[in-house]
Amino acid sequence: MTQLPEKTERKLGLVIDLDTCVGCHACVISCKGWNTENYGAPLSDQDPYGADPSGTFLNRVHSYEVQPETGAPQLVHFPKSCLHCEDAPCVTVCPTGASYKRVEDGIVLVNESDCIGCGLCAWACPYGAREMDAAEGVMKKCTLCVDRIYNENLAEEDRVPACVRTCPSGARHFGDLDDPDSAVSQLVAARGGIDLMPEQGTKPVNKYLPPRPKDRLDEVDVLAPYLEPVAEDPRGFLGWLDRTLDRL
Amino acid sequence: MHPARSLILFTSLSGLGFGVLAWLGLGTPAVTGWVAFVFYLIAFGLAGGGLVASTFHLGRRERALKAFTQWQSSWLSREAWLAVAAMATMGLFALGAVFFGQHWQPLGWLGAVLSLATVFATSMIYAQLKTVPRWNMPLTPVLFLSLSIAGGALLSGEIGPAILFLCVAGALTLAHWTLGDRRFAQSGTTMETATGLGPIGQVRAFEPPHTGTNYLMREMVFRIGRKHSLKLRVMGFGLMVLLPVLILLLPFHHALAAVAVLSHVAGLFITRWLFFAEAEHVVGLYYGAHDKTSDPIA
Ligand code: SF4
Ligand code: SF4
Repeated sequence: MTQLPEKTERKLGLVIDLDTCVGCHACVISCKGWNTENYGAPLSDQDPYGADPSGTFLNRVHSYEVQPETGAPQLVHFPKSCLHCEDAPCVTVCPTGASYKRVEDGIVLVNESDCIGCGLCAWACPYGAREMDAAEGVMKKCTLCVDRIYNENLAEEDRVPACVRTCPSGARHFGDLDDPDSAVSQLVAARGGIDLMPEQGTKPVNKYLPPRPKDRLDEVDVLAPYLEPVAEDPRGFLGWLDRTLDRL
Repeated sequence: MHPARSLILFTSLSGLGFGVLAWLGLGTPAVTGWVAFVFYLIAFGLAGGGLVASTFHLGRRERALKAFTQWQSSWLSREAWLAVAAMATMGLFALGAVFFGQHWQPLGWLGAVLSLATVFATSMIYAQLKTVPRWNMPLTPVLFLSLSIAGGALLSGEIGPAILFLCVAGALTLAHWTLGDRRFAQSGTTMETATGLGPIGQVRAFEPPHTGTNYLMREMVFRIGRKHSLKLRVMGFGLMVLLPVLILLLPFHHALAAVAVLSHVAGLFITRWLFFAEAEHVVGLYYGAHDKTSDPIA
């Protein structure tokens, strides 16, 4: 069904902290690892050990340099995967009903046995969150690890998306963004979480926490007065030596 | 956007085919018997050939029929239904014209409307995409319809209407280029909104996520040089509009008419190639397209 539900019961999604992400790409690897051997078709690679490798990934980490008006530029690592949009344009364009948004938790999924691989949904997504698998000919995207989060065979702490479980710097958080009391919602409120490309009108569920303001050098320099050179012009014996040596 | 051969063939040929069907359905030209047979053969060949070409774009062709299910929300699905409805209706109308020398006119009118509706639905597949600002304007369906009507008139040998509609389509092509060139900037989507880092300062793509390329870059981060595009615009416009109109203004000759048709089709292919190649997807921003400080990675 490619009509969007009026409302979903929950809005499961991710909160990504751009302040703490260290750009290690561990989430990229754990995502590919989990999703290539679980839900749906594997995530294939083409020419993986050759001169022109490429492959299907559901999560990719970009790095950007931001230049403020004054001061040093900042490097920001930027993980990007499906944002499970409320007004998901990828769903409504799908001609087959393969793409859908779940009413119970808002997760956007592809039913791969219905997908004809037309690629229109990838065109409709502004974020580049969908990739056509070159081997399978069907569309792949983040499932929010739907096969982990409800999986009773896993230990409780593992019932989160693989990327969240893996992140060594705690930059990824998972939860219900519809519930104002959830940890993720409070984090978004406290840190001023934002939507990507709000002007595209997709109403993403995933939120990004902007980097906190950097400390400024002139504020930390409290010891500077004590470190000033004691004597600019040496006096006494040292002064005499200095002047005599200069004259030579 | 990557100018895929299957999509260029699909949109141009089916546009032409349904254009011819629309004129035939209106009874201009009111052909019967063998002449009608040849006309309908060409029209159905183009429309059907275009649709077959479109299936080559699919990753899973064997499931193509599933595309009929979501007509309530998807323009691609609507296009599939309208194409089948138009071809079925015009098939019946053709039956009357070819074998019974009859024009069951209400059927023809319905067929003409369905044929143009199909072209409209095709254009909406592109025009609906907010992510591709150059396509996302009302002028896109108008342009596709005008080209289909002009090409249809040319192929059905309706000289007067062909000249008129070629000029209209030519003007709309120029308008689509001029307005299209400004659309990306007007969309308001920038690297700053894409990353949300705008409040800190100007954003520059520092490192792409992978050392190699990927599906997104191959499919959507396609760019052509400005000089290149200008040359192709001149060529495409000359072949698609100017030359055919000049030829049609000369005294009629079958060989010349054939040249006009070939020139129009060649020009149509070039401009349709540009329609895809010049269209930029906003996802390119994540890969450094439109970077103000350096050359784009793509
Ligand atoms: S991020 Fe892209 S793929 Fe995911 S729901 Fe939004 S539009 Fe669809
Ligand atoms: S590629 Fe598959 S999921 Fe995407 S729009 Fe086409 S049929 Fe639907």
